Amino acid sequence: MSHERPSRRAAIRTLAAGAAGMLLRPYATLAQAPFGAAPTPLARAIPSTGEKLPVVGLGTWITFNVGDDPVLRDEATAVMKAFFEAGGRVMDSSPMYGSSQEVVGYGLARLGRKADVFSADKVWIGSGDDGPTQIEESRSHWGIRRFDLLQIHNLLAWEEHLPRLLDMKAGGRLRYVGITTSEGRRHEEIEEILATRPIDFVQVTYNVLDREVEERILPLAREKGIAVLINRPFRQGALTREVEAHPLPPFAADIGAATWAQLLLKFIISHPAVTCVIPATTKPAHAAENVAAATAPLPDEAMRRRIVQYVERL
Amino acid sequence: MPEWWTYSLTDFLLFSPRTYYRLIERHNLAIWPAQLVTLALGVAIAALLRRPARGRSRAIAGMVALLWAWVGGIFVAGRYATINWTASYFAGLFAAEVLLLGWLGVAKAGLRFGWRRDAAGLLGAVLFTGSVALYPLLAPVLGRGWTQSEVFGIAPDPTVLGTLGLLLMADGTPRSRWALLAPPMVWCLVSGTTLWAMGSPEKWILLPAAVVAPTIFAVTRDSGIRP
Repeated sequence: MSHERPSRRAAIRTLAAGAAGMLLRPYATLAQAPFGAAPTPLARAIPSTGEKLPVVGLGTWITFNVGDDPVLRDEATAVMKAFFEAGGRVMDSSPMYGSSQEVVGYGLARLGRKADVFSADKVWIGSGDDGPTQIEESRSHWGIRRFDLLQIHNLLAWEEHLPRLLDMKAGGRLRYVGITTSEGRRHEEIEEILATRPIDFVQVTYNVLDREVEERILPLAREKGIAVLINRPFRQGALTREVEAHPLPPFAADIGAATWAQLLLKFIISHPAVTCVIPATTKPAHAAENVAAATAPLPDEAMRRRIVQYVERL
Repeated sequence: MPEWWTYSLTDFLLFSPRTYYRLIERHNLAIWPAQLVTLALGVAIAALLRRPARGRSRAIAGMVALLWAWVGGIFVAGRYATINWTASYFAGLFAAEVLLLGWLGVAKAGLRFGWRRDAAGLLGAVLFTGSVALYPLLAPVLGRGWTQSEVFGIAPDPTVLGTLGLLLMADGTPRSRWALLAPPMVWCLVSGTTLWAMGSPEKWILLPAAVVAPTIFAVTRDSGIRP
């Protein structure tokens, strides 16, 4: 998902203004980092274990489905390299995403990063009996020993898959279990599962314009101690393409957002129920910039309202 | 699919336009100079159309079946399936057309191809000649370069459009002609919606062809071309 950036000079100006703003705001501190190195991204705990994850991850929908094209595979690997070097860990894929899993596996092997990645994948098949075979194929594509997180993609056959995934977790063949949806679909069912089933993660769509999950799902996940992954933060690039025709609001500097993408990501991760957002990109620089959004200061409630109002008026 | 009305075309697009057109490019480079052979087959078919005859029509059906087998097997199932898991299903569409052309057009010799002077014949001639002579020019004209040209007999879209044109120019029993028309129509719809989701201008060829060709076909009577 690509998004145009303001000029380098404008970005530096905004960053400088942000830094000045932070000096005046003692509560707003960047994570400690050695001089010259990328700051350590903000991390949030998975409620069920306390394990911390950087709050910006990397999605693979469309962007990593490049088949066996060696040039595009190497470009995807470059995106992963920039992502890991910036401090990112969570990568999310699915058997539905064509060759994306194989391309992730290619990149992990080339970069030697299998130990660093938090591997989030999905099961997406209509029969529970076929789930284990699909999961094994997915694991083989990633080239890892086991998945950290397996989610039931779009709730497909979830009643059949869920007990099997929980068994895998109990047997130590999986660390976390989750469910996913996107673009507001089947939210009532999602709520029912959150309320009644022992899952660790839920993945939903949330961005500055699609905020339905703020009403019930995010509060419920928080109450139940369920981690939340956020998909479609840029509406598959359409949102960034639209807002980037307009100037970044002056208040973006107050929260250290140098680009529209960073402002949109900071809006999402400032929600206390959100554990990690998974934007996709084909550009290494954007992967690093996205992870760089995982730094304080984050918008407070008043600032969040300003961001919504500003974007809705565009 | 629950809440199907909430999905848009882009929700079904699995790859980026760049990935798709690089796939075409890599295919072109891998099989070069097969493009010259398939274009020569297109010219040969045009020459055979000049005089409708049983043997010539059989030859046309055989050549088109061969091209569908080649495109369906090598490109759709072999290459396109690496970025689109639905392609393996649509390869079945190509296999069905091969069987239909082989049975109805070659074994039973039930089709008569020729230039006809009615609406179906005119549209068919435009589609066929356009697919062979003009479709490969679209990539360079649209800024994608020659290496990403989609060639009749190599890439599915011009092959299917050319076949649609030939079938509009053919006589045969209504049932056999509709049966032969079905796979190209389905492909035009599927590929046209994919191109729409990718924002490719070629959508304005594939999608109208999927609607206009069968409509004209349905309202045009048998032209009476006979050997």
